[in-house]
Amino acid sequence: MTLELPDTQWRRVSPKYIVVDLVGTLIMAVIVVGGASIAPAVSGNAWLWFIPGSLAVVFLVTLAVTPRRVRAIGYQLREDDLLFRRGILFQRFVSVPYGRMQLVDVNRGPLARAVGLSELKFVTAAAATGVTVPGLPEAEAEELRDRLVGLAESRRAGL
Amino acid sequence: MTDLPPPDAPAPAPPPTGVTAPGQDRLADGEWHRLHPATPLLRGGIAFVAILGVIIVNLRDIVIDIVFGGPDFDEDYNPVTFILEHDYLGLVVLGIIVGLLLTIGAFWLSWRMHTFRITDQLVEVRSGILFRTHRRGRLDRIQGINIVRPFLARLVGAAKLEVSVAGEDANIQLAYLGSSAADDLRREILLLASGTRQATDATAPAAASSGSLVTDRVNELLAPELDPSLAPPESVVKMHPGRLVGSLLLSVGTIIAVIAVVLVIVFSVQLEVGLVIFGLIPAAIAFGSYNFSRLTRSLRYSIASTPDGVRVGFGLLSTSNDTLPPGRIHAVQVSQPLLWRLTGWWEIKINRASSSSAQGAAGQANTTILPVGTMADVRKVLELVLPHMTGDIDLLERAIVSRGGDDGFTTSPRRAAIVRWFSWRRNGVAQTPGAVLLRRGAIWRELVIVPTARIQSVALNRGPFARRLRIAKVRVHTVAGPVSAYVGALDQDFAVEFFESVAHEAVAAGQADRSHRWRDEGAE
Repeated sequence: MTLELPDTQWRRVSPKYIVVDLVGTLIMAVIVVGGASIAPAVSGNAWLWFIPGSLAVVFLVTLAVTPRRVRAIGYQLREDDLLFRRGILFQRFVSVPYGRMQLVDVNRGPLARAVGLSELKFVTAAAATGVTVPGLPEAEAEELRDRLVGLAESRRAGL
Repeated sequence: MTDLPPPDAPAPAPPPTGVTAPGQDRLADGEWHRLHPATPLLRGGIAFVAILGVIIVNLRDIVIDIVFGGPDFDEDYNPVTFILEHDYLGLVVLGIIVGLLLTIGAFWLSWRMHTFRITDQLVEVRSGILFRTHRRGRLDRIQGINIVRPFLARLVGAAKLEVSVAGEDANIQLAYLGSSAADDLRREILLLASGTRQATDATAPAAASSGSLVTDRVNELLAPELDPSLAPPESVVKMHPGRLVGSLLLSVGTIIAVIAVVLVIVFSVQLEVGLVIFGLIPAAIAFGSYNFSRLTRSLRYSIASTPDGVRVGFGLLSTSNDTLPPGRIHAVQVSQPLLWRLTGWWEIKINRASSSSAQGAAGQANTTILPVGTMADVRKVLELVLPHMTGDIDLLERAIVSRGGDDGFTTSPRRAAIVRWFSWRRNGVAQTPGAVLLRRGAIWRELVIVPTARIQSVALNRGPFARRLRIAKVRVHTVAGPVSAYVGALDQDFAVEFFESVAHEAVAAGQADRSHRWRDEGAE
């Protein structure tokens, strides 16, 4: 049973983000597994293939659950706070009051830009807050940022 | 909080003639002021004196050799003989004089160029000769004002005033000021920051100066925490040296050290290698000096309430004296190391938004607000640091010592005993009107109190194992510090409810909070 909060209508991130995440993981997998393969290839010790092999398995599993993981990311603008969730196996919910937001960042990685997606990052005075909503269509991200900045401004509280 | 003047702006002209040295009249009048004249000596001059000392010590041998005809004088080819042989003496003396003049000139110039002013909105500091810095802090963002008096500065009656503003390394240092000027200035800055309209009413009743400079210095040395303008605030907690020594002896580190020493001695006797004991000496010295410095800096601990917040003082030789305005404490933790249980002692730490002030006097972390104290002391300190909860102190005490059960806390369910072997009965959370209470641990007992108005965000986490147990973890995010506010192994349905409720309360409290201008009733 997954954890659910009462009466929440989650807004999900763009399905295109699945592709971005998949490609990103794939590139990472090629680099890491390739790097780990150098030692066994050079030394010729068959036992050492165990390391890149197990890494490859981990990456395959990650790739397999990526679509579900992306679908589990959600956010909701409530009256007074932003609610964010992510994770299937390790679930995490965060609530950030608008008045506590110190700044809102819009980031675009090269892959995400290719498909027209942005990432929105919220910073509060607490480093642990760590709310990053990936995979938002560019226009939506800009609009959301302006709206959140406006909300934060109108509810500005001290620290 | 800091900003440089725009690049096209002309470098601020040397301070106009209106600049006054501190100690003459009020410093917080919006005009530019200079620091204490001994500043260069205290800041960099000490290194200079040390270098001079090294040179003199090295030359001493040579000079003695020359005068008394030491045995190996002829063989030794040293700088002095070189100078004497080549008749460079005049040049060298000239060089030394020019070097001295240049250094003194540079020190003097940097002192001239280092000015500060306090207006009713800002604290501003300008410094530097070639590279000018201009730092500004907003008064309503002040997190605390710390007056540090290093030992040497105390001897000449100077003090360092540090205005901490929220953020990494965002402190504004005024080093050094006259000792009593620093106290006055702190009071005035706090008054301005508090939002009181008539800050000018607060002109200081002149410090009871006894006239003679020497007696002044002696008085300051004997009573460094004495603020001449206020009635000296009475410390609510008295630190007994015996308790302090006991608290250090009862730390896990000490116990391990004792066991290690005993083992080494036993083995060295058994194996008849007596010299091993000498190997312990460096370790013993390190251990001793660590504990000694902890002891001396906590020895003159004091905590008192002032109209502008809590004042915490530390230090024996070098002292620090920190004022925390109301609403600047983001989380409070009362905890008990295992061995302190025997004596019933507790420790209180806090989270605060300014982080570089971590170094107070003698490296005292400014986040420890009670190094060691009994439950009575804990109650008094909690009353000071959580002024809005004075009515709930009994509840807090019960929460701290309770073994769990009927005390207002919602604790872990029975099935969570797998992950909280001893503490599941105690491990839990509670909400009061002004704060969230999080309690952990039955062996290492801890209670974390987070004022609702200071909550930055709330998180709810659950991993795969917790999922099987139907439990979850709630974490309340505050500014970074030694206190982390989380409780795991809560029943998941309750955790969801609690998460929602804290999120809701945090918004409401954040809206209602006016403590950034703590005396300014009502008005924004």
